[in-house]
Amino acid sequence: MAVTERRGGSLRAPGLIVLLVSVASPWAIAATLPEDNVDLLYHRYEGGGMVIDGPSVLVRKNVGPQVSVTGQYYVDSVSAASVDVLATASEYTEERTELTAGVDYLYENSILSLGYTNSSENDYEADTVYFSVSQEFFGGMSTVTLGYANGWDTVGQRGNKSFAEEADRRNYQFGLSQVITTNSLVGLDFEVVTDEGFLQNPYRQNRFIDPNDPNNFQYQPERYPQTRTSYSVATRALYYLPYRASVRAEYRYFSDTWGIDSHTYELAYVHALNPRWSLEGKARYYDQGQADFYSDLYAFENSQTHLARDKEMSSFSGITLGGGLVYEWKQTSLPGISRLQGSLLLDWLEFDYDNFRDVTAPGNFSPGEEPLYSFDALVTRASLILEY
Amino acid sequence: MFSELKAVLPAMTMVVAMFAASGCSDIKPWVKPYERDKLADPVMSLSRHGKASSYMHHVYQSRESTRGSEGGSGGGCGCN
Amino acid sequence: MNRLMLPIALSLSLVFSAVLVQANEINEPVPDFTLKSRQGDNLRLEDFRGQVVMLNFWASWCGPCRQEMPLMDTIYQQYKDLGFTVLAVNVDENREEAHRFLDKVPVSYPILYDPESQVSEQYNVQAMPTTVMIDRNGRGRFIHYGYKPGYEDDYEAQIRQLVRE
Repeated sequence: MAVTERRGGSLRAPGLIVLLVSVASPWAIAATLPEDNVDLLYHRYEGGGMVIDGPSVLVRKNVGPQVSVTGQYYVDSVSAASVDVLATASEYTEERTELTAGVDYLYENSILSLGYTNSSENDYEADTVYFSVSQEFFGGMSTVTLGYANGWDTVGQRGNKSFAEEADRRNYQFGLSQVITTNSLVGLDFEVVTDEGFLQNPYRQNRFIDPNDPNNFQYQPERYPQTRTSYSVATRALYYLPYRASVRAEYRYFSDTWGIDSHTYELAYVHALNPRWSLEGKARYYDQGQADFYSDLYAFENSQTHLARDKEMSSFSGITLGGGLVYEWKQTSLPGISRLQGSLLLDWLEFDYDNFRDVTAPGNFSPGEEPLYSFDALVTRASLILEY
Repeated sequence: MFSELKAVLPAMTMVVAMFAASGCSDIKPWVKPYERDKLADPVMSLSRHGKASSYMHHVYQSRESTRGSEGGSGGGCGCN
Repeated sequence: MNRLMLPIALSLSLVFSAVLVQANEINEPVPDFTLKSRQGDNLRLEDFRGQVVMLNFWASWCGPCRQEMPLMDTIYQQYKDLGFTVLAVNVDENREEAHRFLDKVPVSYPILYDPESQVSEQYNVQAMPTTVMIDRNGRGRFIHYGYKPGYEDDYEAQIRQLVRE
């Protein structure tokens, strides 16, 4: 049976991302609708045996003084030979297309946003609707955002036309942004996500020791719970440095009913070289504990109610080091374009697994003795934002 | 526990709203709208990169089990 | 869906609370001040007694401020010969940014500098931009908080009224 990076790969739970994108969108921040703009992005992920790249095009237009509409087109083009694929199958190519339509309505000091996203690939379909309200308080020093999203996914299986499972998802988000001094601000975010339905990957397998040969293992399909609820809380602080620079620190804690706990730490620095050019750097550390039912190798077949060998559910840590160069041209001389911003952002990611082993590692290993898996990846983002 | 948390969110918001809107009338906003110069500087923007930022969240979400509370919003010019 | 009603209702209640009124009709004397202008000379508000003054507080970092300036320039050109002027007080901490903007989006009305925010504080500026319409007797008659497309029509109507007084 073919194993892919489906729900564990770039194409997983795409609708979920939409809410985070929308509610966390830059435009739910102050009582001003954003300028008309076109946001073009070329994105590329290369690592762990996979190359996923593609375009993202977003167009935003104000319709009258109180309404702003957006449309976005996004593609992930996958060519993969990841460790999961190599273990049980062969390389594949895949494409996921995502379309989003949104509207923002400005009423006094609030912005109401509504949007819909459809994500489509040949074995997964996700629809998401999101709604959020963002309100300023206290002389504009505080901004509170409430968001809600509902997603409906249909999980398919290539080669099996009759396979169609459903997964539903709800997100509840609360965000507070608070200006502290003329130089600093802090933020607090809180989010609860609940999923229900077919939450596993129809291709993915886990392994158990062969009852007839302890030096071998066999595969069985994974089996996840039908529900999952998670909550996360994040806090961030931003501080302005007098020579036109800023430093940002973030921490996020996550916990869910599958037993997964995680901590994310991020530090970022932005430095303006002159009115047009700026540099940025970022370091991120991520630490995750495994799901209760996860195991790299089960002792025997069907040993427990729930089975997972998805490395995303294992215990692991990740480091990111990123850098970027940004060019901003305010009040351009270009016809019809009032502001132009070009960025090149590079992020190097490294993941180290504490209890997921690389069964494809060359050499003769008994089951459970293979080297622990790790991989790194380079993410490239080339972005052009034009305000017109 | 988690289902109770879902009810907590709107309640928390109401508390913040009431606090900010009425409860502390003795406390005036101490950063004036005309003092938002530095906060409005693009180097202080959490949303400077537009869709490029969302994409990065997507990259992490696809490889990590954690989801949620990723966004940043607020600050800026506070213009009306 | 029932479970959503409460959160949605609470969200909407947020929307209708804590709102700063966008425009006000007033009739009060306004504080006098003297600020340096872009031309180099000091301008005093009292010296404009007898004219209708549109006092505008703006900054280069404020989107709505930038948006309304060309429209204000049109109004200025139209009514300046009827005893009307615009005084645009810039609150940028760094004057360079304001100049960079004015190079690209030139306006013909006087620009004043308030880098220490003294006048902004005197006028209790609660939003950016803020516009105060001052009549020929030096009394503030209308005050606008913020700018949204369409406000310029209100500006014009009020200026016409004050100019005729």
